[in-house]
Amino acid sequence: MSVPLLDIAELRKHFEVGAKRGAWRRFRDRLSGKDAPTPKLHAVDDVSLTIGRGETVGLVGESGCGKSTLVRLINRLLDPTDGVIRLGATELSLFRARDFAANENRARIQMVFQDAGDSLNPRYTAFDAIADPLRRLKRVGGDALVARVDALADMTGLPRELLSRFPHQLSGGQKARVGIARAIAVEPELLILDEPTAALDVSVQVVILQLLEDLKARLGMSYLFVSHDLNVVRLLCDRVLVMYLGKIVEAGPAAEVFARPLHPYTRALISAIPQADPARRAGRLRLSGEPRSPIDPDPHVCRFHGRCPIGTTVCAQSAPALRRMTPSRDVACHFADTAVTLNTVQDSSPAKNGSGEP
Amino acid sequence: MSAAPALAVEDLCVEFRTRSGVVKVLDQVGFSIAKGETVALVGESGSGKSVTAFAVMGILDAAGRVTSGTAMFGGSDLLALPERELAELRGRELSMIFQNPRTALNPIRRVGEQIADVLVRHGGATRAKAPALAIEMLKKVRIPDPERRAKAYPFELSGGMCQRVMIAIAIACRPSLLIADEPTTGLDVTTQAVIMDLIAELAREIGTATLFITHDLTLAAEYCDRIIVMHAGHVVESAPSATLFSAARHPYSARLLAATPGESGALASLASIPGSLPDLRRADLPSCRYSERCERRLDACAEPLPRTAVGEAHIVACRNPL
Ligand SMILES: Nc1ncnc2c1ncn2[C@@H]1O[C@H](COP(=O)(O)OP(=O)(O)OP(=O)(O)O)[C@@H](O)[C@H]1O
Ligand SMILES: Nc1ncnc2c1ncn2[C@@H]1O[C@H](COP(=O)(O)OP(=O)(O)OP(=O)(O)O)[C@@H](O)[C@H]1O
Ligand code: SF4
Ligand SMILES: [Mg+2]
Ligand SMILES: [Mg+2]
Repeated sequence: MSVPLLDIAELRKHFEVGAKRGAWRRFRDRLSGKDAPTPKLHAVDDVSLTIGRGETVGLVGESGCGKSTLVRLINRLLDPTDGVIRLGATELSLFRARDFAANENRARIQMVFQDAGDSLNPRYTAFDAIADPLRRLKRVGGDALVARVDALADMTGLPRELLSRFPHQLSGGQKARVGIARAIAVEPELLILDEPTAALDVSVQVVILQLLEDLKARLGMSYLFVSHDLNVVRLLCDRVLVMYLGKIVEAGPAAEVFARPLHPYTRALISAIPQADPARRAGRLRLSGEPRSPIDPDPHVCRFHGRCPIGTTVCAQSAPALRRMTPSRDVACHFADTAVTLNTVQDSSPAKNGSGEP
Repeated sequence: MSAAPALAVEDLCVEFRTRSGVVKVLDQVGFSIAKGETVALVGESGSGKSVTAFAVMGILDAAGRVTSGTAMFGGSDLLALPERELAELRGRELSMIFQNPRTALNPIRRVGEQIADVLVRHGGATRAKAPALAIEMLKKVRIPDPERRAKAYPFELSGGMCQRVMIAIAIACRPSLLIADEPTTGLDVTTQAVIMDLIAELAREIGTATLFITHDLTLAAEYCDRIIVMHAGHVVESAPSATLFSAARHPYSARLLAATPGESGALASLASIPGSLPDLRRADLPSCRYSERCERRLDACAEPLPRTAVGEAHIVACRNPL
């Protein structure tokens, strides 16, 4: 691949948790020998990834694993603890999050937020919400603005008569469409979508997904697509990244990852996809055990250990790094090699593969 | 289903006043849920699913008005109950999980305390015991490190974690009617399975009746006994989940199923539904609100809609069903 559009290296975001101690309290604690450092929640921990121009990358993973934090870092709403974010030739991580709104690069990345309702200004009508980035970042006004907003409403399947409404007068899915129209208004190079279709019914979802495909074909837009709907990820994405407790545990072409997951967490995830047909629910992998804490996790234990169906003593003594398993697949598991061979064996005897997995 | 249903809604009509006229959002909505039954409510975005839930809970927006209908619950009509009695029921007997969890939680109170509050107010727990019970609830909804996370504020939790806190609050008092408005949309499929099991457990143990609003037809098929399909404020079809999947009769339900992504097929093969919901402010709304988008329309469709029983617990509101 040539120079990727987005290039992220060793990105970290740690949040301090627990009661904040003042200077006096810290001093007293130090005197009494209780000066433990403030606990840190490792929301994003050493994440590296790239997105090519015109590429659609899916980001999936357990609720709370750090997906929104990662995309908020990329969109420069949060300052990283550590690491580099590059968009083309520009190093975005050098800008402070709170100055970024006025930055010339602002229009190059846009985001559709997870909570459509929260992210819309309650005093803006749907029209104003969609027009706002066009006014601010592209200086569009007058009739051209009205025409553009109408076109955006049509594209996202938002009935024009709703443009004069305020957010509280719209349904969940109608608000979600306002959020999408607003984000694509300035035709960014990178569009980050955090669960854009979660609030949409399937027929509107189809419209949005086809719109995204179309924008990609026409404008070469790139997407980072966060979703819990694995069937949608499979349809839309070229590549998929699987996160677990702050780390990427598996990466590869979407079709391959879904057909032959190599990490035990990915396997559990795919096997939990709802099935309308009861016969296909047999042989499901259910995870038991407690998830590990994201607060000051032990760096020498695999984060999946304790819930992992494989997990051995090795997993409790050293954390697996993300390794290249095949030319296109990366996996962070000590037993990924076994999974690779297992899959090869299964491929050659499909009759045995009678589990619920595709 | 011979026993009296836990909830029976009949002829529910709701209107909203807006700057540009009155919007007739719900029209003669009717359905019932038996004790221990989980019923899915699906339908196009804007079709009135949340408004149905709000009307039953008595928490409609000030601009909204119930113009007719009844919602019988345990011998009383929720729509006619004075607010004081309704407030008494909410939280103890009636419980709701909202579509946007972050705004439904109190932003300046720790999540553990919010769950404890409910347990004290409605669940008969003592102030001393409540915090430990709250941690127990967080554990049930799979929040890792629940002891420490109980002290977090909503903004310190992820979207899906807030959603799970909301769920913990809603089920803490073991309600007899649970209305869940897209409770698992922000959750990955493994966590979603845990939540669905919790709801099923309530149904099994204390006979909770659940109205489960969702966009995910496959999820509804896997976990719900029946599916109710809404379109533009009308209930258009109601059937046992398996029946709806194998033999949907309303043209809109069939379209909805065809738009559901499965594990094979390409994006291009999924068909969106042509047209959009009619403008609900119109004075000349047709009796079948789907007719202007429907490829099976007959002249007879302009007459008042029938409600035809076409099979065991299977009802369809259409003049020319599939
Ligand atoms: N306060 C209000 N004023 C005017 N119209 C409203 C108001 N609240 C809701 N509506 C309208 O009522 C209709 C039904 O809304 P509702 O929120 O019930 O939809 P829904 O089926 O829950 O959709 P979604 O799946 O998108 O959440 C929508 O067309 C919406 O725009
Ligand atoms: N401001 C904050 N302070 C402390 N912790 C935070 C903060 N924001 C996020 N976190 C924590 O970081 C972790 C990752 O959260 P994030 O929102 O990125 O998850 P997510 O993968 O998007 O989850 P979901 O799928 O539920 O939306 C969670 O444990 C969350 O509690
Ligand atoms: S490294 Fe061990 S515990 Fe971690 S995922 Fe692989 S087998 Fe499971
Ligand atoms: Mg998130
Ligand atoms: Mg809704």
